[in-house]
Amino acid sequence: MLHALADPTRRRMIERLGDGPASVTALAAPFPMSLPAVVQHLRLLEGCGLIASEKVGRVRTCRLEPDRLDTVQDWIADRRRTWERRLDRLGDVLTPETGTPPDPTPTEESPG
Amino acid sequence: MTDRSVVHDSFTIERIYPAKPKRVFAAWASHAEKDRWFGEGDDFLAVTDQYTLDFRIGGHERLDGKLPGGQTFGYDAVYQDIVADQRIVASYDVRIDGRRMSVSLMTVEVAAVPEGTRLVLTEQGAFLDGLDSNAQRVEGARDSLDQLGGYLSAGHGG
Repeated sequence: MLHALADPTRRRMIERLGDGPASVTALAAPFPMSLPAVVQHLRLLEGCGLIASEKVGRVRTCRLEPDRLDTVQDWIADRRRTWERRLDRLGDVLTPETGTPPDPTPTEESPG
Repeated sequence: MTDRSVVHDSFTIERIYPAKPKRVFAAWASHAEKDRWFGEGDDFLAVTDQYTLDFRIGGHERLDGKLPGGQTFGYDAVYQDIVADQRIVASYDVRIDGRRMSVSLMTVEVAAVPEGTRLVLTEQGAFLDGLDSNAQRVEGARDSLDQLGGYLSAGHGG
């Protein structure tokens, strides 16, 4: 996996696929190399499970292949972290700074 | 082509605050108070474009901004149940670059304890189209590349 990503061409291909699936031709376009060389790179990426490809007619389309569950789990874990940070900040808001007495001036707290 | 998927999950976070339940509840009920900890200063939003709060049953809360990666972030909540100083139930969705990432039910319970107030937040969510989310894939790819960059610069690149 690290070998696959250590190559700058392959990293750019992965970045491009981050924007959505693309044909081999489209993936090859930015690179000054032959199509077979591009295909070699893509085979390597596919071989280690970073991308998947599908051939329809004469067009082979590649897409990123992240682990679906991991991706969603990351997103859920991120949501939890967001709430944890918020609730910690809420704690900061609720806790008067040390040495500072609570503000004695009444605040308008009329619900509704 | 959109690959549709739903993953359900829930989590609970608990905090004890050295303040009375009335004070803790007020920090959720008042726009000025909530703005101090909910939106602004949040390390997940680089820019806050708008924050509105209509804290009553049926009222909406909206937060729009931009994530550090530049994607637009949208949050829209509807308050479903409010019991003063005790409970808040709201449903909300989160959109990134206009794509709905999740629809959740959030329950906040506050109760007096000897140290002050115990707050329990429970989120039950339907997390949508995880694999197909462009923003998330780009982010995921960038994260991997960042990790790789760190790994390689730490001398493992040979």
